[in-house]
Amino acid sequence: MRGANAALGAAGLAAFLALGEAVPRLGLIKEDYFPPTSRIAKALGTELADHAFWTALGDTLTGWALGLAIAVSAGILVGVVISVVPHLREATASTIEFLRPIPSVALIPLAVLLYGTELRSVLLLVVYASFWQVLIQVMYGVQDVDPVADETARSYGLGTWARVRHVLWPTALPYVMTGVRLAAAVALILTITAELVIGAPGLGARIALAETSQAVPEMYALIVVTGLLGLLINVGARTVERRALAWHQSVRGEVTV
Amino acid sequence: MKREPLAGPGRGAVRRALLRLLFVVGLPALLVVGWWLASDGSTNVYWPPLRTILKTFPDVWTGERLRADLLPSMERLLGGYAAAAVVGVALGTVIGSYRKVRAVCEPVLEFLRAVPPPVLVPVIMLFAGIGDTMKIVVIASGCVWPILLNTVEGVRAVDSVMSETARSYGITGVARLRSLILRSASPQIFAGLRQALSIGIILMVISEMFAASNGLGFTIVQFQRGFAIPDMWTGILVLGLLGFLLSVVFQLVERRVLDWYHGLRAASRRSP
Repeated sequence: MRGANAALGAAGLAAFLALGEAVPRLGLIKEDYFPPTSRIAKALGTELADHAFWTALGDTLTGWALGLAIAVSAGILVGVVISVVPHLREATASTIEFLRPIPSVALIPLAVLLYGTELRSVLLLVVYASFWQVLIQVMYGVQDVDPVADETARSYGLGTWARVRHVLWPTALPYVMTGVRLAAAVALILTITAELVIGAPGLGARIALAETSQAVPEMYALIVVTGLLGLLINVGARTVERRALAWHQSVRGEVTV
Repeated sequence: MKREPLAGPGRGAVRRALLRLLFVVGLPALLVVGWWLASDGSTNVYWPPLRTILKTFPDVWTGERLRADLLPSMERLLGGYAAAAVVGVALGTVIGSYRKVRAVCEPVLEFLRAVPPPVLVPVIMLFAGIGDTMKIVVIASGCVWPILLNTVEGVRAVDSVMSETARSYGITGVARLRSLILRSASPQIFAGLRQALSIGIILMVISEMFAASNGLGFTIVQFQRGFAIPDMWTGILVLGLLGFLLSVVFQLVERRVLDWYHGLRAASRRSP
């Protein structure tokens, strides 16, 4: 079954690539706008041989990883504190609901003024956008704590820290992992956006450069790279999630007899 | 004699309501006052006093600018978002219904979804120039993926017992689609629509920052380039308010449409 699905998937991918080759060759779309797959592949080869490409990739990954790390640690910290301290959750709810939907791109002009094309302006956008993903998930996760387990821990005399460590954290971890996975994807989008719009060094800036210099196949090649990067990040985040929660599923499997 | 039992719970309810109000407006008020005080004597060009920003606000966002910038932006957003919703739900239903089609499309869809939507702006600019069409297409092509993939998942997860029941009652065609498939997939579809909304706003702003002669993104960048800093801040506030309002509207719509679903979940939680 899995093998058959993989074969069908590969067939779909092949058909997609073939379509990309055929449509411009047949003149259905102008080749200047949409070069055939083979030309994009060739451009990708040239890119991979270029030192500047790897520097750009490194810049993008640095912005992504740093921004994600800051957003995740801040999100977890703030989320746990808000949920543990009495009444803090009610007091912050309206503020969070207000700040969360503010599109991070609204901060682009401010980032440009404050930091120009430095890494810091990328980080400002990435952290703002990914922070909420983690925070909301942490808050949902903490809310999901079994009241009986919490009361039991209390009556055994566990302190706040021990309860956070042994009751709250294991319950919230699956939610946190979902938050991290969402945040990883959002962080990549915002990193590339910041590079594309602000011109901070990285893949996004390279795409903008290719666009202005009419290097259409190179532009597509770079976009393919960003897609592959997104795919890798998704797969990686899922793997981490499965590893970190291996105990969770096994425990659940034993309990539901 | 009669008044006492009434006064007790009445006062309690008022107190509770006041307390809730305090919780809702307390922190925002504190933050605004904090911003006001901290920035009041500010001579930093980039962080003008809140007083100045608020004074600029009505001057900048008058009828003319609302008509010339906010309205086109909203039209593009709604147009692109609606197109994405229609295409996403339609394609998602087809792909989700047939196992083979799903297997064929899955890797390609995963890849297309993984492409960060803003990089589509330069591509679509090639095809569609820099007019309104380009912006609507950009918004639609970014929003469509979460809707499409969530619809696929939702349609896939239709309860097989319900599906069999519908078949044995002879419910087919449009009726089956409407009252079984789309209905049971609707919580998932709404999750996708919600994700798509924030992507849509981002893309609206970015496509206008790239190449436009009007719109919110364009205006805010103009202010920034012209060093009209308080005006730029008002633009940021407008974008924030817009994001907030759209999410409130979305929640209201979602609550209405998914009323049955939330009721069902609450009921099953009460009796496990």
